[in-house]
Formats: sequence, C-alpha cells, structure tokens
Amino acid sequence: MEKITLASQLLQYLITGLTVGSVYAMVAVGFNIIYNVTEIINFAQGEFVMLGGLIMVFLHVAMGLPLILAFPATIVLVTVIGILIDRLAIRHIRHPSVFTLIIATIAVSIIIKGMASFIWGKDPFDLPAFSGRNPINILGAVIQPQYFWVIGFLVIAAIALSIFFDRTIIGKAMSACADNADAASLVGINVKQMVLLSFALSAAIGAVAGITITPISLMEYDRGAMLAVKGFGAAVLGGLGSFPGAILGGLIIGSIESFGAGLIHSGYKDAFALIVLLIILFFKPSGLLGSTEISRIKRF
Amino acid sequence: MLRIAKLPIAIFALFIIVFPWIARQIPAIGNYTDIMVFVGIYCLITIGLSLLMGYAGQISIGHAAFFGIGAYISGVLTAKYGMNAWACMVIGMTVAAVVAALVGAPSLKLKGHYLAMATLAFGIIVFIIFNEEIEWTGGPDGMSGIPGLSIFGFEFDSVERYYYLVWGFVLAAFVFTVNVIQSGTGRALRAIHASEPAASAMGVNVSRFKILVFVYSAVLASLAGSFYAHYLNFINPSTFDLFFSIKLLIMIALGGMHSIWGAIMGTGLITFLSYEWLRYFEEFEIIVYGVILLFVTVLLPDGLAGVPKIVKGWFRRKVSDER
Amino acid sequence: MRLRRFIILATICLFGIGLLVSPAQAFKGSYKVGAVFAVTGGASFLGDPEKKTVEMMAEEINKAGGINGYKLELIIYDTEGDATKCNLAVKKLITQDKVCAIIGPSLSGTSLAVIPVAEQYKIPLVSCAASYKIVYDEKTGKPYQWVFKTPQSDSMAVEALYTHLKNRGINKIAIMSVTSGFGASGRSELIRLAPEYDMKVVADEKYGPKDTDMMAQLTKIKGIVPQAIINWSIGPTQVLVLRNWKDLGMTSIPFYQSHGFGSRENIKMAAGAAEGVAAPLGACNTPEALPANHPQKNVTMNYLNSYTAKYNEPLSSFGGHAWDALTLVVKALKAVGCDKAGIRDYIENTKNFVGQHGIFNFSTEDHNGLTWEQSFNMITVKNGDWVIIK
Repeated sequence: MEKITLASQLLQYLITGLTVGSVYAMVAVGFNIIYNVTEIINFAQGEFVMLGGLIMVFLHVAMGLPLILAFPATIVLVTVIGILIDRLAIRHIRHPSVFTLIIATIAVSIIIKGMASFIWGKDPFDLPAFSGRNPINILGAVIQPQYFWVIGFLVIAAIALSIFFDRTIIGKAMSACADNADAASLVGINVKQMVLLSFALSAAIGAVAGITITPISLMEYDRGAMLAVKGFGAAVLGGLGSFPGAILGGLIIGSIESFGAGLIHSGYKDAFALIVLLIILFFKPSGLLGSTEISRIKRF
Repeated sequence: MLRIAKLPIAIFALFIIVFPWIARQIPAIGNYTDIMVFVGIYCLITIGLSLLMGYAGQISIGHAAFFGIGAYISGVLTAKYGMNAWACMVIGMTVAAVVAALVGAPSLKLKGHYLAMATLAFGIIVFIIFNEEIEWTGGPDGMSGIPGLSIFGFEFDSVERYYYLVWGFVLAAFVFTVNVIQSGTGRALRAIHASEPAASAMGVNVSRFKILVFVYSAVLASLAGSFYAHYLNFINPSTFDLFFSIKLLIMIALGGMHSIWGAIMGTGLITFLSYEWLRYFEEFEIIVYGVILLFVTVLLPDGLAGVPKIVKGWFRRKVSDER
Repeated sequence: MRLRRFIILATICLFGIGLLVSPAQAFKGSYKVGAVFAVTGGASFLGDPEKKTVEMMAEEINKAGGINGYKLELIIYDTEGDATKCNLAVKKLITQDKVCAIIGPSLSGTSLAVIPVAEQYKIPLVSCAASYKIVYDEKTGKPYQWVFKTPQSDSMAVEALYTHLKNRGINKIAIMSVTSGFGASGRSELIRLAPEYDMKVVADEKYGPKDTDMMAQLTKIKGIVPQAIINWSIGPTQVLVLRNWKDLGMTSIPFYQSHGFGSRENIKMAAGAAEGVAAPLGACNTPEALPANHPQKNVTMNYLNSYTAKYNEPLSSFGGHAWDALTLVVKALKAVGCDKAGIRDYIENTKNFVGQHGIFNFSTEDHNGLTWEQSFNMITVKNGDWVIIK
C-alpha cells in the first residue's frame, strides 16, 4: 500500500466530518420543526431515528418488502408513532410549562427505548445499502455511496421545510403557535392540530434519517440518546428554529470531531466540538443563524 | 426570616432520626437505610439545584459534573496522596465553586435551551476528562481504594453511622436553603424568575445573583460527591454521566419545581424506584419507570408538592357542589 | 355481587391447587446463591447471556436432584452496570437474602465497587469481569481474600496476541480502542506489555461506544503505515471499524480484534470486511473449530448445544464466564455446604477445573487460575467461519 498524502488525509477528514455531520444535521432539523411550533426540545427525536432504522430493518430485511415499498411504509409507521406521542401524552399536560414538556418528552423517549429493546433485543442490526457498498474514490479519499442519500435527503428536507414554514399558510400558522399560542388561537388557528402536525412531520424526518444512516452505522435500540445530544448541539449551534442553521451546525460539529480526531487527539474529539460550541454561544448567544430578536420573545 | 414553618421541619427531622430503627424492626425493608444514604447524598444536590431551577429559573443539565468533581477530588487526593478526607472535601467544594463561577459567568447570560445546551456540554466535557485522564482517575473502570470517613478516631464505618452523618448535612443544607428563600435573596431570585428585565429595573443585580446560586448549588453537589466517594470507596465516570444529570432534573420535576420539599420527595421517590421498587419488574423496569414519569408530568404538573393543592381543590369543588 | 364472590373463591382455589402441585421434588432445603449481572443497560451484552446461562444451569441442577439433595436457589439482581446499584444489591444479598456466595458482577467497574463489601462481610464473590485489579490488591500485592474471577485478564489476550505478532516479525503496531471500560482496560494492557514484546505503538486512537464512523482515526493510521492494527472494542463499533478499514483500502495492513470479537454475528454484520481478520479467542467462542481431542471440546459443545436449544439464539461467550463462576460455586457447595469460609477455601484449592474459558488452577497467589497459553487460541476468519491459526 502506498502512503497516503497529507492532502488526501485532510480531504478525508473533511469528507468524514461532513458525512458524519449530515447525520447530526438530520436530527437537528427534526428538533427544529417541533421547536418552531411549541418551543420545546423533543428529546424523543433520537428515538424516531432509531425507530426509523429498526422498523425499516423489520420491513425490508425480515419481511422482505422491496425498498421502494418499505421506505414509505416505515415513514408512515414512525409518523403514526409521532402522532400517538402527541395524542396520548403531550396534549394531556395541563398548563404546560416548557420544562414539564421537556420532562414529558424524556419520559416518552425512555418508554420508546424500553419497548424497542423488547421488540428487537439489544443487538445491532444492519440494512443493505441503497446503491451498494463499493466506496467512491475522490483524490485519494473515499466516501460510501450511501452518504449521498443522506446528504440528498437532508438538503431536500431543509429546503422543503424552509419553504413550508416561510411561504405556506399552514407553515406560517404553525410558527405563530410558538410565538404566542393564545393570539394564534384567537385568529382562528387550531393550535392543537398544529402541534400534532409538527410531531408528525418531525417523526417523519427522523424516520428518513434512521432509514438512510442504518446501512452505514448499523442501528440498535439505545442509539437514540447519543443522536439526540449531537443533534441538539447542532440545532443550538446553528440557532434554534433555523433550518440552514441546523445543517451548518451539524456539519461544523461533524468536521471538528473528524479533524480533532485526525490531527489532535481522538479521545477528546467530542470535547473539542463541545468547547467550540460553548465559545460560539458565549459570543453569539442565539447560535450562528439564530436571531436575537426572536429568541427574546420566546418563553424558553 | 420569621415565617419559617418550624413544625414540618421538626417532624421531618424526627422521621429521619427514627427511620433506621424502624427499618431494623422490619426485615423486608432492612436495606432501606442503605438506600436512604444515597437519597441523602442526592438530596444535597437536588436542594441546591431546586434553588437554581425552581427559584432562580435557570436550567442546568450538567450538575453531575460538580457531583463528579467532588467525588474525584476526594477520591484521588485521599486514595493516591493519603490526604485528610475532610480537607479534601473542602478543597473539592472550593474547586467546584471556582469552576462554577468560571462556567456560570458566561453561561448564565444564555437563555432557555441555549443555557440547557451549554450546561449539558460542560457536563459531557467533564465526563470525558474523567474517562480520559486514566493516570489520575483510573479511566472508565474507575478507581478503588478510597478510604472511609472518620473524625477524632470515630469511624463512620457502618451504614447507620454514615446515614446519620449524611442526613445531618442534608438537614443543615435544607434549613440554610429555606432561610435563603425566605430572605431578601429569595425574593430577588423569584423576581429574576418572573422577569429578568423587571428585576434588573428594581435594582437586583441579576447576573450576580444567578452566579451566586449556581455556585451554591455546585458546592452542595461537590459535597455530595465527596460523601458518595467515601461511602462506596469506589468511583467510576458513568456515575457522573449525562443520564445522571437528567435524573436529577427528573427528581426535581417529579417533586415539584417550586418547592424544596418537593425536591426532597422527588429525590426519595426516584431513588427508591430505581434502586429497589422497580426491581420486581425486571426487564420491564425501564418501561414502567418511563410510564410513571409520564403519568406524573401529565397528571401532576406541579409535581408531588402540588398534590395537597389538588386535594384541596377537589374538596372545595365537592363543597361547592353540595351547595 | 355473587359473580365477584365466585371469582375470588375460584382464584383462591386455583392458588391452593398450585401450591399443592408445585413441589414435584422434595428437597432437604435450599442453598442460596446470589448473582449480580448487568442484565439491562449499556452492558447488557454481558449480563443478558450471563443471566440466561445461570438460570438454565439452575434448572438443570435442580431437575437432577439439586446439590446433595438441596435445591439451588438463585437470587439474581440486575445492576444495569451501575456501581451504586450493584453495591446496594450485593449488600442486600448478604444481609437480607443471606446467600452462601455471590457470582458476578459483569463489569470490572462494578466488581471493583463491591470488593470492599465482600471483604467486609467475608463472603466469597466470583466476579465475571476481566480486570486483573479485581483479584490483585495493590496494597498487599496479593489477591483479595474473598474475591475470585473467572474471565481471562485482558493481559492474557494481549500476551496471546503479541506472541503471535512477534512470531510473524511484526513490531510496529497501531492501537484503536473504544472509550468504555472494555476498551480502556485492553488499551492500557496493550501499552503496558508492548516493551516486553518489543512492540512499538505508533498510533493510539480512540472512539466512543456510540460513534458511527472511525474514518478519521483510520485515515490517521493510514498515514503512519503500521505493520498491524489492533482494535479493542465491543458492540457495533468493532464491526463499523472493520467496514471503514476495508473502505479505506487498508486491507494490506493486517487487522486484529480483541477477544470481544468472538460472535458469528460480527462476521455477518461486517459484510465481508471480516475476512482474514484474526483475534485471540477462548475455547468457548469457537467450540466447533476445536479438534476432537481438545480438553475443553466436550464442555464447550455441551454448553453450546443446551444454550442454543433452550434460548434459540446464538451463544455468547460472555455467558461462559457465568457458567464457570456458578460451576465453581456449585462444586464448592457440594463439597462443603453453605459454609462461606469453606467455599472460599475450596475455590482457592481448586485445580484442573475444565471450564468454558480454560482450565483453572487456583492458589493463594492466583484467584483467577488461568494462563494465556491454555485459555486463548489465535483464530482467524476464513470463508465467513472461524479457523484456528496453527
């Protein structure tokens, strides 16, 4: 084997960082949908990703459903779970404070994790890659073709959601719920339905993330918490509520981890990313693309 | 200062004093005193955290780090350097205070989820340090050989002796904290919670008060960590991970955010649930735990501390129905 | 009203019948043995097979008449891999359940957390965790009096591996490890023993237990070009690292895994990337690959067959540690009854015990009783199956 050049190494770190970061960004986008409507951070977001992966494994590998059918079926199932979470839990909380809602989502994530360990056991599962496993070579660096699927879906989701929230009536109505729920319902917006819709949407996005990353990273019942923490970091770094921010935040965190591991010290790679996150927050308290004015209105 | 309800505190103290005796009489709960030691240790953390979260309105998902700082400073200095355990405890609290001030000063300017993320990041960074600095901390497998506590030749070497030691400190911290709440400081904190600009306009030095409470809660957590290390004679990083920070939040939320009594009840309930009562569900334990948590948040938005109010509400409704 | 009374009556009757029917076998009494395993939580890959193994064994023993006519009564507590919970459980087993001996905990960390308890209450404890610190008191330089362990120490796996590498003329190695107890303990042994075998550690890379990608660490190693890569991890990461290694076109650098790799599931999951990868594995990992005259062939094959028949899932070698621990305790109970000091002495004097993970010879100086030569074979993956390297 010939020695890899420094330039190729650096390129590999960048590619690895961006690909890993795109997974975090995917989770961050899911966080933002619910945040935009309710101001809460849904800590069960990581569990949607886990469920997406494992349900896909069940339908595609165990039941033998073709990819083209299993993919939408998985999204529908996870979306139904997202709707159930809202209908069975979140909606029934009386005089919800943001903090109680967060604890409720933590409770939900514990329950989902427990159920998943029952259904699927504790071992990791694999999913065949959508377009094979032969890595693509770019100037001495390599990338798994599956990552193009992850990045592709990420970009589509972010653009679609940005348009949805900024340009459509329903999207605007949803955002209005977060700014002032009472005023929103006064002008005839059905706040409860909007919250329900946000849970459904973010569950769907979580499912897509889970389905696309499982062929690369495998999936097991307790992966959700780690994804939630990284995704939360990405969302905060980019500025809560901002979809381009979520992508930017995810990619930055992924890249710092990768360059940190490659060039400095791999044991501390997660710490590097968090230190940078802290420093950025201290200078820009609303994240990179978050708006200070908007964050001032928010209750939380 | 005058309105401290002395009676409930006295009853509570009496209960704490006789509890080990009761536990000894009933074989089925013979090990409850042992669990109560941990309830006490965790109460030290949640009392401070409840002041920070319930009264000052500042969230922290990183308090496991201060708990760990106390534990590791006590553990490393006593086990590796043979230093006096009580001196190490004070060193631990000092270090925790300094770290809290350094982290708190910039962090507490952040709001809501941004503050949550900042404290969470801090907690994870400290956890990684515990894991990585193997020379000092023993790494993920932890460090053993931490001596027990003794004072003037009196060894706290049995469960009951340690129980009284820890709960003595808990009661002291409790009374002190209640005093703080009912003093001018407490009013300032509540003002901050209600509205920072308003509090600031009234002449409350908002950032100073926030940092002060943050430091206070960190010092208590560090003290708890020292007690933990000397009781178990062993520490490892996973005790001080993100999930423990979240567990602390759950204890406070379950008990009721705006009450120190709630914090103590929540701590007791969660500790007994996870160390003893849910054991019988075996594999279902985690699900039952989640369901209980969800039910409490849905049915009791003010936590356990809100139960009397709800009962009163029922009673009142019944009376008015009869009319 | 009448219906309710009927239901209550019927229930009482059913319970009564159940009570009458249940004691199919008459025992003289029972021997209580406590077990603390990480059945759930992050280390459930250890505790789950351990629990299943001892439950299966207790059932078999009691079906065959128990131990000298006494029923073997297992009391199993789940530690979730948590030091506090484990400590509480062990104290409860001793003071409340009054067990004769304890097996477990599953993890090195939780084991270290209960050693002071076992020593204080003077109860024999046979740990199922690997760290040598469990049976080595740094203050006295001897084993703790009441504590034993059945798994091979990490140092033994490292010695088996380094001997193999040295024979092949390899001395420039890169280490990768997961930042959990398993990885950190293996890593520190790899570094500690390297000078003894003239190994030069040219890279020392780490990754988290839930990481999804190790490309960065491997790329760094690729730039250094070591003669071999040794990876110490468990769970999905040990599979992901293999895939990344293959993707990066690094297959010309031989890849070695730890003794945690011994599951066929890992070969399958690696999707072809495991071919040619080698690891030091215990007999229990690869019973089928053992020659018929191997001393552990029978023991391991029996365990494999009864476990897979009962639970219908692949055997995990970690359950074997619990098998060894419980078998030791049962042998001791058979010999001396429920006498804690007697059990301790019996285990300490046990010689030539053929277990799942080696042939144990305990002594006052050695509370693990294994040597690496007889507890590890170098195994490689060939055509998707285990093959012993001669």
